[in-house]
Amino acid sequence: MDHLTAETFDQNARDALRDPILHGALRNLADNFAERRRSAMASVDDWEGLRGKARCIKEETLLHLDKYLLEFVKNAEEAGVKFHWARDGKEACEVVLDLIMERGAEMVVKAKSMAGEEIHLNEVLESAGIEPVETDLGEWIIQLAGETPSHIVVPAIHKTKAQIAQLFVDKIGIEKSDDVDVLTKTARNILRKRFAEAKIGISGVNFAVAETGTMLILENEGNIRLTTGVPKTHIAIMGIEKIIPRFADLDVFLKLLPRSGTGQRLTAYQSLLTGVKKKAADEGPNEVHVVLLDNGRSRMLSHPVTRQSLACIRCGACLNACPVYQQVGGHAYGSVYPGPIGAVITPQLIGLSRTKQLPYASSLCGACREVCPVKIDIPELLLHLRAEITDGTAAGAVAETPVKRKFFESLAFRAYSQAWASPKSYKFGLRTARLMQKFVARKGKIGEVSGFVARLLPPLGAWTAWRDAPVVASRSFREQWKAGLDSDM
Amino acid sequence: MKVALFVTCLVDQICPNVGVSTVKVLRRLGCEVVFDDRQTCCGQPAFNTGYRKEARKFAERFIEIFEDTDAEAIVSPSGSCTAMVKHFHELFPDDIAWRERAEKIAAKTYEFGGFIVNVLNVEDVGASSSGRITWHDACHGLRDLGLRDEPRKLLKNVKGIEFVEMQNADVCCGFGGTFSVKYPEISAGMVDNKIEAIERADVRAVASGDASCLMQIGGRLSRTESDVTTMHLAEILASQE
Repeated sequence: MDHLTAETFDQNARDALRDPILHGALRNLADNFAERRRSAMASVDDWEGLRGKARCIKEETLLHLDKYLLEFVKNAEEAGVKFHWARDGKEACEVVLDLIMERGAEMVVKAKSMAGEEIHLNEVLESAGIEPVETDLGEWIIQLAGETPSHIVVPAIHKTKAQIAQLFVDKIGIEKSDDVDVLTKTARNILRKRFAEAKIGISGVNFAVAETGTMLILENEGNIRLTTGVPKTHIAIMGIEKIIPRFADLDVFLKLLPRSGTGQRLTAYQSLLTGVKKKAADEGPNEVHVVLLDNGRSRMLSHPVTRQSLACIRCGACLNACPVYQQVGGHAYGSVYPGPIGAVITPQLIGLSRTKQLPYASSLCGACREVCPVKIDIPELLLHLRAEITDGTAAGAVAETPVKRKFFESLAFRAYSQAWASPKSYKFGLRTARLMQKFVARKGKIGEVSGFVARLLPPLGAWTAWRDAPVVASRSFREQWKAGLDSDM
Repeated sequence: MKVALFVTCLVDQICPNVGVSTVKVLRRLGCEVVFDDRQTCCGQPAFNTGYRKEARKFAERFIEIFEDTDAEAIVSPSGSCTAMVKHFHELFPDDIAWRERAEKIAAKTYEFGGFIVNVLNVEDVGASSSGRITWHDACHGLRDLGLRDEPRKLLKNVKGIEFVEMQNADVCCGFGGTFSVKYPEISAGMVDNKIEAIERADVRAVASGDASCLMQIGGRLSRTESDVTTMHLAEILASQE
């Protein structure tokens, strides 16, 4: 199946807007998650204080990432973990592939991991003849359907129950049922067998504690515990920003992440993983490998504005709160990370030239910033990336050709900044607009313009395709001020 | 109190009555209003589209003009343009002198409704009108300036009107500056949600603190031939029926 790309965001969005099933699903998401999040938040005494604390911990970590990373590595190594440093997705995939090949595995079980999605691990494994089995129910459904996740927490949110029921009929051959219990039991029976067969389990990481070398992974289905505990080998892929300094810091993040992500006080499972099993009778894997992934993160770290991108704990609250995401869903973004945080991270991961629409895919309403548990100023980041685009300087991890500037747009902005810098030309513009609008205005407003006028003034065409436009007033405020308002008491 | 009016280009050209109403209300509350007609635009369209060099020109010009007045406060009938003034300092990352000037101007710039409630300490401006009216929170007034209760207090004290809270009053109307014409279909989807909430509130008018949101909501209401009208907060507060 061909997947959408960020380059065609506008077209992807238009297609998504015409999909009534998607719309229903997105509306449910927005209503349910907002409400659940609000009530979960209320169960904490000082939510704002917690957010501030979380951001401080992240700032501290990021400013001393070199130190905390090495501390984590040292402590985890002492517990038996082996480390692999990967500059980019390609290197990370190679490491994972080598580990699998060395152990002669033909299949791996996978826990839901955004880092795994980011490096497109499944594609790499499949082309090497290895079968990756997703074990998170949502991810498993997506894999069955040959699709990509449309949300970072609820990957199959774009699918309805009826669509999933049909998928199970088509791909697994069960009798059609829209009973959720029947569907999940079917998935569980199939996946349990795969867990038992698997030599290797691959997961992501939510938090990595420097002080103790412990990794924390949160989940609701128990599949991550099985992925990381049943197979002899556990491979964890983590972005280098997942570090937190102290074990006690988990208190802050465990309060924030489930509440922000799914509106839960706590997820059903929290696995704290420290090293390999010590005695034969212990549970857990014989070997643990951690792939530390940079993939553009060092570059984000290097600028004070973009650095905050690395504070993200992948809760998905900004997606749920975003009115643009609610309109178009996750696939329209054409990237692994959708929504507001995706519009910020993706260009920094894969470069602006292929993603230059994404920073503009926002009305800058700030709902994302309001819900972010680590107070990332996403609008500020979007504006920063927009400035990089118009400057023709490239952001992103990869060396690339500068973004091509939009000729007419930059001309228009230059003209506007020139003309409106003087009251005289400002007034001239006002008079000209009054004259010109006579051709298009009817009854004090401008209805849909098309044809020649729309081609001449594309913004007017775009505006009036959906909305009537107001006309320039016959007497401006400044004219009324001069005509007596200035002294009118 | 002496107040310098920053009327904004949109109000000046498209809905001057909002400016006139702003002056009326401020005078009724005992303010002396001055207006420097060299002012044009705060440069927000340039800033928000990524044209920082152009935005800097507007910022410098704005600062120079408003430094000339001895007014104690700069007041604007727009949360969005007021928020832009608060952003000016970001345009001078390497220029301490300009940054300080920008911060000084920003410190005395207020959005109209916030100014009345928080600076003049007035909640009842002696206005009267009629009918059911609901409020749309313009994003920048709400989230950049933190004004949620202020406009509601002012509206609830207008004699003769019935204030009703609509669902999702704080969700964006889809304007977003150039966003509205870069992605008109998404913008339209967003405003349609807003209009659905307005219609459900069964009101005669929807009020807001930003002419740009009202242009978006009003433009779609007019296209869908709705009877609901749009009103700026200043227009309601100026009315004495």
